[in-house]
Amino acid sequence: MSAADVTGDDRPEVDDAPAERYGCLVEERLGQVVLHAPRDGYLAAAKAITDDGFTMCVDLTAADYLGHPGRRLPDGVRAERFEVVVNFLDMAAARRVRVRVQVPADDPTLPTLFDLHPGTEAMEREVFDMFGITFTDHPDMTRILMPEDWEGHPLRKDYAVGSIPVQFKGTN
Amino acid sequence: MVVRTSEGEQELKPRSQVGAAELLREVGAVLRMSETEAAQLGDLSATGDADLDSDQTMIINMGPQHPSTHGVLRLMLELEGETVLRCKPIIGYLHTGMEKTGEQLTYFQGGTNVTRMDYLSPFFNELVFSMATEKLLGIDGDIPDRATWIRMLMCELNRMASHLLFLATNGMDLGAVSMMIYGWREREEVLRFFQKVTGLRMNHNYIRPGGVAADLPPGWRDDVLALLDLLPERLAEYDTLMTGQPIWRDRLQGVGQITPTEAIALGATGPVLRSTGVEWDLRRGQPYLRYPEVEFDVVVGSYGDAFDRYAIRLNEVRESMRIVRQVLDLMPAGDYRIQDKKVTPPPRARIDESMEALIHHFKIFTEGFKVPEGEVYMAIESPRGELGCYIASDGSAKPYRMHVRGPSFVNIQCLPHMMRGGLVADAVAVISSVDPVLGDVDR
Amino acid sequence: MGIVNDLMDDGLGALSHNVITARVETLINWARSRSSWPANFGLACCAIEMMATGGAHYDISRFGMEVFRASPRQADIMIVAGRLSQKMAPVLRQVYDQMMEPKWVISMGVCASSGGMFNNYALVQGVDQVVPVDVYAPGCPPSPETLLHAIETLHQHIEDGQILRRRSETGAGANVHVREIPSSGQPVPVLLGNR
Repeated sequence: MSAADVTGDDRPEVDDAPAERYGCLVEERLGQVVLHAPRDGYLAAAKAITDDGFTMCVDLTAADYLGHPGRRLPDGVRAERFEVVVNFLDMAAARRVRVRVQVPADDPTLPTLFDLHPGTEAMEREVFDMFGITFTDHPDMTRILMPEDWEGHPLRKDYAVGSIPVQFKGTN
Repeated sequence: MVVRTSEGEQELKPRSQVGAAELLREVGAVLRMSETEAAQLGDLSATGDADLDSDQTMIINMGPQHPSTHGVLRLMLELEGETVLRCKPIIGYLHTGMEKTGEQLTYFQGGTNVTRMDYLSPFFNELVFSMATEKLLGIDGDIPDRATWIRMLMCELNRMASHLLFLATNGMDLGAVSMMIYGWREREEVLRFFQKVTGLRMNHNYIRPGGVAADLPPGWRDDVLALLDLLPERLAEYDTLMTGQPIWRDRLQGVGQITPTEAIALGATGPVLRSTGVEWDLRRGQPYLRYPEVEFDVVVGSYGDAFDRYAIRLNEVRESMRIVRQVLDLMPAGDYRIQDKKVTPPPRARIDESMEALIHHFKIFTEGFKVPEGEVYMAIESPRGELGCYIASDGSAKPYRMHVRGPSFVNIQCLPHMMRGGLVADAVAVISSVDPVLGDVDR
Repeated sequence: MGIVNDLMDDGLGALSHNVITARVETLINWARSRSSWPANFGLACCAIEMMATGGAHYDISRFGMEVFRASPRQADIMIVAGRLSQKMAPVLRQVYDQMMEPKWVISMGVCASSGGMFNNYALVQGVDQVVPVDVYAPGCPPSPETLLHAIETLHQHIEDGQILRRRSETGAGANVHVREIPSSGQPVPVLLGNR
């Protein structure tokens, strides 16, 4: 494990057959293990990952690929507008895994990981606030960073930055 | 003009409007408890009266502007008398849209944005962003040794400065106001060194993709040695002032306790997790930079209370001093940034001589360098916990998606659990022991 | 003590060299500028530099300002230190409204003065959109020396009386009054506003 490599999955690969683990397609990129979970198998995959020793869900975030639809994905994964990215950590074996789920724009919902990992409560609220992806069965699906009456989801690509043109006072 | 400061749905609702499941959740009953434990916890009253209605409890609002110096954190507490039953942190009062701004800035400019997130440990933010960018560029193995060691030096000094500030604010929150003055006195010495090296006291934008922005100035060794000579006796004074003192112990021991399972379930990292006894420090568990080559101990507590967190941070200052001393000896000569022309700008003198250097300089500062398509998540151990950076690149000069996993954002989720059953006066001690930085929480 | 002894010996004649005549306003302004108490409004990184200014090295206590009042009702100056997000703006206005006259505002840092480097949806581009500002302190973050310069500038303005003069000319800021709404039988909140 080089000094700059943070993930270091040292387990031998399962075999060279369809790389699949926990029901997800496996990809190794830049030394990091990425699992592409199907949307209906997401919760089951998360449960399997947690049971396999990845006790901590470190980060749950999302990305809006409206401006970059042609991103590189393994065969068998259909690109959707949104992607939810979940990072898990196994402290005992010092390894990480990342799960990416494609979420379509017309039905931006996903089951919540709250029952497995209560720490995802705030993270899922942030994803809801910033992207508009709802997590079903989440105990408190409200905005967290923006004011309650804010309209729109700021981190979506069709939401403008909201910058004002810089002007000098006193001139017309 | 009526000023409305209510946040509606985000606030803590009175007991009459809240279902049983939500009541239990807000006291943390979902944290992997058995049904019997949850049922016991369902008795939320301190007086044993299981049937509390709304008018026997009081919902008070702490913040977002309040004298506890942790920034604009708003807490709604439900009290029965002096006992805290439920607590709900409401955040977002410092939301700066940094992740959106990060998509508008190039990778070279990204450091200026990211450094202002956790403003007490700016080097760590810059480091994790630079490491993620370097990983995407594929140059993470080519960073010169000196650059890596300089990064380590600055990060450990920053850890010391951040923990000194924790000692200062923790002391002040608990009433030892002189601790505030002492902590800032020590911090000024470290900040003076930072100003000498980077030009700024805070928010330095010094660690950039490819290395660091400038070499260490001549005479830096003496400055660091002076710092290292100054601190140990001061830390011993703080030990006398605080650690052994009965008032301090009474106020912190047993306050804000959390068990290892709960901490892991809530995603807590850093001193909060280590105080429960879980020995997890990214510098040892998943090392980065040159941490395998230096000797230091990971400080771990046993009770998971506020006192443990205080003691861990105090001793982490000592451990950081140990690391800095070793870095002083091990610092190699060499480049302070990678010599890849596409990534780092040329030295200013070369611009007058070489056309190519001028063009590279121009391109890097206006367009930025293009980063290959991909996505990466890098994590380091900041003074607050695991600081992670997730960058998804689409091959252009600006990150397509930049997300920073803030340790304080996740650690704040522990607050309701820690405060439950405690007294209102301990609420401040608990917040202070978690040491959140709201820039990190709200980004 | 010398004066007291002189008085006892010579009566009022002893005061001949010790009388200063000035306007009461000058005296009041002199006193106000030297003991203005800041209200706690630290938001982000600038708050850390504000606390450093209160520390031993830069010592804001030299200017009589080390007591950062938690309650805005007891404060004179509000140093808005840090970036003001949209969610926080009503809170800022509420705290400002609670301060008693005369009150002044220092906008510390570029984020408070103009939105800083964050020209986006989340920040109010300058706190002067919400409260009237008297002195702007630039910097990201301004070093404690810059903040002290800003404070001293404000003190100078207080002493000169410029501020109250300026405000009465433009009608801005410092004149808070209560406006009665015609009652409709329902309980109405009290509105605080500017002319």
